Amino acid sequence: MAFIRTQRSEKMFLKEYFKTVYQTISSLLTGMRLTGYYFTHTKEIITQQYPETKPALAERFRGEVIMPHNETNEHRCTGCTACELACPNGTIKIVTKNEINAEGKKKKAIDTFVYRLELCTMCNLCVQACPSDAIIMSNAFEHSVYDRRLLTKVLNKPGSKIMEGVE
Amino acid sequence: MFSLEKLVSIIQAWLQSTLGDPWAYIVVCVMVGVAAIALFAILGLMLVYMERKVAAHMQIRLGPNRVGPMGLFQTTADTLKLVMKEGLTPDGADKFLFNLAPFMVMIAAMLILAPIAFAKNFQIWDISIGVLYVAAVSSVAVIGILMAGWSSNNKYSLLGAMRSAAQIVSYELSAGLSILAIVILSGSLKISDIINSQADGWWIIKGHIPVIIAFIVFIIAVTAETNRAPFDLAEAESELTAGFHTEYSGMKFALFFLAEYINIFIGCAIGATIFLGGWMPFHIGNWEAFNHVMDFIPSSIWFIGKTVFLIFLIMWFRWTFPRLRVDQLLNLEWKYLLPISMVNLLIVTLMAIMGWHL
Repeated sequence: MAFIRTQRSEKMFLKEYFKTVYQTISSLLTGMRLTGYYFTHTKEIITQQYPETKPALAERFRGEVIMPHNETNEHRCTGCTACELACPNGTIKIVTKNEINAEGKKKKAIDTFVYRLELCTMCNLCVQACPSDAIIMSNAFEHSVYDRRLLTKVLNKPGSKIMEGVE
Repeated sequence: MFSLEKLVSIIQAWLQSTLGDPWAYIVVCVMVGVAAIALFAILGLMLVYMERKVAAHMQIRLGPNRVGPMGLFQTTADTLKLVMKEGLTPDGADKFLFNLAPFMVMIAAMLILAPIAFAKNFQIWDISIGVLYVAAVSSVAVIGILMAGWSSNNKYSLLGAMRSAAQIVSYELSAGLSILAIVILSGSLKISDIINSQADGWWIIKGHIPVIIAFIVFIIAVTAETNRAPFDLAEAESELTAGFHTEYSGMKFALFFLAEYINIFIGCAIGATIFLGGWMPFHIGNWEAFNHVMDFIPSSIWFIGKTVFLIFLIMWFRWTFPRLRVDQLLNLEWKYLLPISMVNLLIVTLMAIMGWHL
């Protein structure tokens, strides 16, 4: 490299010198034009002012596990514990009970569906494991509370029972 | 019309009549000192806020917007936090130098304030060698930085301080040469003479392309001397944590932080004074009506406006340009800025002799 440089004529060197100066200044000005554009165009600002404007979340955003109930307080959970087995860190605990249905037969049903939000990693494995689509992931993300006991939730509403036709 | 000159003469006359000769003088000195410190505090708060807002808008963000209207009290809150923090001195540090360094940096910044003309006839000390004084005192700041880096007993601090010293010593040259171009054109080192020589037009307009080149070189040199991006090698966060002030905390850190912004203000004030006419209003040849309207704006507003414009320019640099490597930094100074400003100085001299400037 040093050899090539000594071979260069004086004129070539000067030409390259000023070329570097020109290129530097023009590329710096290109950068300044962009930041100057952003500075003067406030509509480009992408900051979301959170408490005032709620963020637009994607539908598949995973905030917490919920169990949807219909208007007659019925859910789809059969108490098969597939979700409890699928959960990698013991977030879900299902307590079952035996119920006698209209035909006098004994049938397994859930008593409480315990969900520990503080352990959940939102991996979605429980939702995928569920054979009857009883649980889904909701978009809610404002989970902060003052007492950590409040994070242990019971997902089935009091007095709810299994939906007709779900086995 | 509001004018700082009148205000000062009223206060001076009142003190003279009530206190008599020696005491009036002492009270004026104390008042000037208090005013300088108050100016520093306000400047620090305003410039940090301005920097954060400018940075945010250039990065398509909003910046501070929660504390007070439009986040105006954010910097006040930050300062209060720093005041309440513990000022820690490391065990292995040279305690005396460690505690002295932030004050050295601040004092160097304060001294340069003396010859700056804030408005018409509103100047602390109109020394006959004003520009030389500024160039000399601005290089004292490097002692404070070296002191901080060495006494911290920390590798990062020392590296940062050494880099800073190399940088400031090199860039002082081209800053000096570009100031010299204006000294040649105006024929005086005195700040008030330099400003008065721009009554019929600022040097950047009167001096054609050579003065514009000198101005660009000066702005680059000021950015480098204040250790700001793209020349922030002295505190390069990604390499040296915080450079020379890694070990400082609480109010001592705040002093370094404040000194950086004071230095920016002073560098820009000098630039505004010698290239953009200081407090001189903008005049166009024979447009009597236009010139009259411009004269109506107070001279202090003109000075502050020009300085803030230059500060904005330097902030614009910081949030656009990538940081230079240390060899690139020295290449830029010794291979590009210095030869260019030397040739430029020669052209300016020729221009002054032949009377080519307007």
